[in-house]
Amino acid sequence: MAAVPADAPRRLAWRVAEVVETRPETPRTKSIALGVPDWKGHRAGQHVDVRLTAEDGYQAQRSYSIASAPENGRVRLLVERLDDGEVSPYLADELRAGDGLELRGPIGGWFAWDAREGGPLLLVAGGSGIAPLMAMIRHRKASGSDAPVSLLYSSRSYEEVIFRQELKRLAQEDGTLQVTHTLTRSRPPGWTGYDRRIDAEMLREIAPSPEGQPLAFVCGPTPLVERVATELVGLGHDPARVKTERFGPTGG
Amino acid sequence: MDKRRLDGNAAGGVLREVFALEMTTARVACTGCGATGEIGAQMAYISEIGTIVRCAVCDNALIRVARQGGGQERYWLDLRGVEYLQIEGVT
Repeated sequence: MAAVPADAPRRLAWRVAEVVETRPETPRTKSIALGVPDWKGHRAGQHVDVRLTAEDGYQAQRSYSIASAPENGRVRLLVERLDDGEVSPYLADELRAGDGLELRGPIGGWFAWDAREGGPLLLVAGGSGIAPLMAMIRHRKASGSDAPVSLLYSSRSYEEVIFRQELKRLAQEDGTLQVTHTLTRSRPPGWTGYDRRIDAEMLREIAPSPEGQPLAFVCGPTPLVERVATELVGLGHDPARVKTERFGPTGG
Repeated sequence: MDKRRLDGNAAGGVLREVFALEMTTARVACTGCGATGEIGAQMAYISEIGTIVRCAVCDNALIRVARQGGGQERYWLDLRGVEYLQIEGVT
């Protein structure tokens, strides 16, 4: 039998990561930092599959985007707790530092960005859809890229803006990173920003001109993603440069 | 709007169970309408019984994967909707 070369592609294997830290981000979301044995690195925008096994052998599997930069040694996932979910309540409420978590990845190369590809970038997020886009923003910072980035981020309320402080700090220290929030349900007193769902007018004001051939990444709940993608193409953006990641109904 | 619809990207995990290489960046040509595009840009429908990747242009079923777990793991792979796949090697 011929020997298999050491660098031959292997079947994507499940392995047990160790939870290093869990950190609340907002009332409904948590960051989970993982140490993964033999992790060969990832690209910003990729995801992992997470699998839970019950005592009777029943298994539930979900995909989670990686929110950390490839330059960071840890794999950080963002988990939103869905009350009727099969997986997210366990990850959000039960998982502790030192626990094991079964996962495989990194997966995907289509919804991914490498700083060497340059910009301009348009990132549009709804809720916890910020996770893979945050990986891109962190990767851009860690790699010293100056590719112009516009982030348009829709949240229900100010308290539910995930990574709010980090986004604020990054935008303050970097003139080529523009962060714009819209709050769809409630606003703090004195809020002067957008207060509605993302629409064509908002995208026209925020997005780089189609002439500059920006690369757009849109991630969030399915209705938001489909609406934004349609509006961007309507504004003249190249459909091949509008990449989408829908959460779907079973993100839990 | 069909809320079960996901991006082809979401099928990346199960496709990597049966293919050796990353598949979301592979180009697929549809037998239904002739359109070509990356699998990540197609539509995916994922359920307990299996995964279907459909053409983003004409909704033709491109790839179906079903997996039987338990004692004897077994896959069914139906590629009738695919004219060809163009898969990038490891760089």
